[in-house]
Amino acid sequence: MSPIVKLLAQRIALSLLLLLLISIVIFAGTIVLPGDVAQSILGQSATPEALANLRAELGVNDPPVERYFAWLFGAMQGDLGTALTSGQDIAQALSSRFWNTLFLAFWAAVVAVPLAIFLGLLAVRFKDRWPDKMISAVTLASISIPEFLIGYVLMYFIAVQLRWFPSVAMINDSMSLFEKLNAIALPIAVLTLVVLAHMMRMTRAAILNVMQSAYIETAELKGLNAFQVIYRHAFPNAIAPIVNVVMLNLAYLVVGVVVIEVVFVYPGMGQYLVDHVSKRDVPVVQACGLIFAAVYIGLNMIADIVAILSNPRLRHPK
Amino acid sequence: MNRHMQYLASQAAAGKLSRRDFLGKAAALGFTAVSANLLLSSAAKAAGPQKGGTIRLGLQGGSTTDSLDPALVTNTVGLMVTRLWGETLVELADDGGIEGKLAESYEASADAKTWTFKLRSGVTYSNGQNVTADDVVKTMERHSGEDTKSGALGIMRGIKDVRADGDSVVFELDSPNADLPYLLADYHLIIQPNGGNDDPAAAIGTGPYIMKSSDMGVRFVAEKNPNYWGDLGNADTVEIIVINDDTARVAALQSGQVDVIDRVPPRTAKLVDRAPNITVHSTSAAGHYVFIMHCDTAPFDNNDLRMALKYGINRQEMVDKILNGYGTVGNDTPINASYPMYTELEQREFDPDKAMFHLKKSGHDGAILLRTSDNSFPGAPDASALFQQSLNSAGIKLDVKREPNDGYWSEVWNAKPFCTSYWGGRPTQDQMFTTAYLSTADWNDTRFKNDQFDQMLVAARGELDVAKRTQMYADMSTILRDEGGLICPMFNDFVEATTDKVDGFVEGIPGQVLMNGYAASKLWVKA
Repeated sequence: MSPIVKLLAQRIALSLLLLLLISIVIFAGTIVLPGDVAQSILGQSATPEALANLRAELGVNDPPVERYFAWLFGAMQGDLGTALTSGQDIAQALSSRFWNTLFLAFWAAVVAVPLAIFLGLLAVRFKDRWPDKMISAVTLASISIPEFLIGYVLMYFIAVQLRWFPSVAMINDSMSLFEKLNAIALPIAVLTLVVLAHMMRMTRAAILNVMQSAYIETAELKGLNAFQVIYRHAFPNAIAPIVNVVMLNLAYLVVGVVVIEVVFVYPGMGQYLVDHVSKRDVPVVQACGLIFAAVYIGLNMIADIVAILSNPRLRHPK
Repeated sequence: MNRHMQYLASQAAAGKLSRRDFLGKAAALGFTAVSANLLLSSAAKAAGPQKGGTIRLGLQGGSTTDSLDPALVTNTVGLMVTRLWGETLVELADDGGIEGKLAESYEASADAKTWTFKLRSGVTYSNGQNVTADDVVKTMERHSGEDTKSGALGIMRGIKDVRADGDSVVFELDSPNADLPYLLADYHLIIQPNGGNDDPAAAIGTGPYIMKSSDMGVRFVAEKNPNYWGDLGNADTVEIIVINDDTARVAALQSGQVDVIDRVPPRTAKLVDRAPNITVHSTSAAGHYVFIMHCDTAPFDNNDLRMALKYGINRQEMVDKILNGYGTVGNDTPINASYPMYTELEQREFDPDKAMFHLKKSGHDGAILLRTSDNSFPGAPDASALFQQSLNSAGIKLDVKREPNDGYWSEVWNAKPFCTSYWGGRPTQDQMFTTAYLSTADWNDTRFKNDQFDQMLVAARGELDVAKRTQMYADMSTILRDEGGLICPMFNDFVEATTDKVDGFVEGIPGQVLMNGYAASKLWVKA
């Protein structure tokens, strides 16, 4: 087996192990949550009879270890169980939500990633001059403001005053792609503003770091112009840290957009998770936790792999 | 000139003249914008409901964990959706009385123990089946069965037997109850084919609309039921979008994405109302924000201490600052003018001297602990701080403990001796008292146990003479006010808003949300 394949296999195995450990943490964590699922489902309108009936039906009193393994084996086969509150199959209910979340994350990434890298390159090209300073100032300001506030501000000016895009990002199957994109324009804008600074600054820093190297000077002496130097020589060598931060932000776009989903009424996984947490619907919370963890670990694994493949020193370890 | 204005207004109302043009012409004729707008809206109302179009509502309270099963409805979105596709036997009328829905008429025996409801003939469900008396019996059984989870279980308890008798349904009660029709108007008691036993969440009913798509906690779409027997349902399509975030809901209305919203935050309601195309409607209601003391737990088992706290609260300040004026002052009884058979009692005022007097008399010394949380009612921690200050001026020390929202209804409410809480109204005094103030009530969250009160409640229930009943309820409210564990500083209004795309909003029945839940089928889209 070539060392590179072995290295990759190790990475993947480690990721799976991590996911298994996280599944234990998620399961244990949801079990020690205080509160009673039956009371939470029925709310203030619960009567003792209704409570007793519901508790018996939900069967919340089996031993936890047994429940963990049953749950884990089910999850491995794609069976996430049924929601306590609605009795729906979780995998089925989650899948459309998950696709919605991915849809939003994908289009936000399509806008944000190239923009961030382009701005990063631009900042390097005009280092310490006004374009660099302006890009830094604007992106830092946008990452410093809480995302819901950016959401409200854009909603007020763009949706209410100018009426360019809707304030409610409600999408459904009967809409065309263009209608969907129109509906999610504002959340995309907010998410882009939130993740831009991190990626932009990492691109700028990584490339500036490479630019100190001797071979860059050589390239300049050969007569290449500044953009060519950055694009042909600096960027490939700076790719590992950039991919790392891009993946981190992609993961954020999938798992961290709960607030944006609530503000823009977007039917993604975040809202679904919040509703079920407040109702103590443990199986759904566990399923969402597991999926979020898998996405996070998966994207970080991809970043690792790209870093390994792009770096000859890692590709051929001693 | 006036006649010319009225002609213009009717043209504008009929859509032959744009609103802007109308206002321009009105100004040219010397009318102010305000009077022109008034004329326009009265002309639109006079033009009557218009058919067609789509009404979109942005509502608070829906969750992805909801169900279409009417037995499990707990929130406004569920109520509004249920009202679209289903109907109850009877319904509250705008004058506070009862009108027939699926029941054409009803009558009670002289002792108010046997009630007969005659069904409307020829009504069909949206699946084409006829409505039968047997369906009604099965529905009532499903909501009162041993293993039911129905929110209507509490009000079904006094019913001993339900049986079909030709095209009538006969209810036999354990004890006399003059309010049975009010109980059967409960929105959970939707008549379903075979009582909903086959598929309770199928949303097959006799309502003015038929559900086309239902995405729980997200969006609902319904289309007009072409075979509906009554005259409800003006728009062709109704779309309900769940928008739980206050700011997002208001923005959706302002940007024209929805035509109606509920729960406009009182803090911003006046600002929202300033927009030219938006009208804010405030409906006085029976819901109330409360501080509740357990009458059987020290130190609250001493009535003088309870009186001290009741005199130490500044009710008007609470209405002004917590509700921003969108509400009315309470009087330490759960009953207000929203109820039929209401009698006004002498208003209890903020009086530090009396509070101090009762505190001394009670002999209590030291601080009193009040528990509160954000979700017990909006602004509850602020209200607690106001209470703390007003008590302070009476020499009473109040400690306020902030509890987490999570688990408040299971760990604090109805468990700890003194906390903030919220009560929605009930259609009748009997229901309100039976739910929360009868000695044996499950939700007796003030642990109020008073034999005289209990006896009067049962007696009033069987009393068909309205004058006598009114007096009994006044006496019971007085007992609660002077001896109970309830401190009720305020009744909150329902604050709702519509854009000028729709018309026909009336306040409807006091104490009910969104025109008693019929806003979607009673409003109309202006042509």
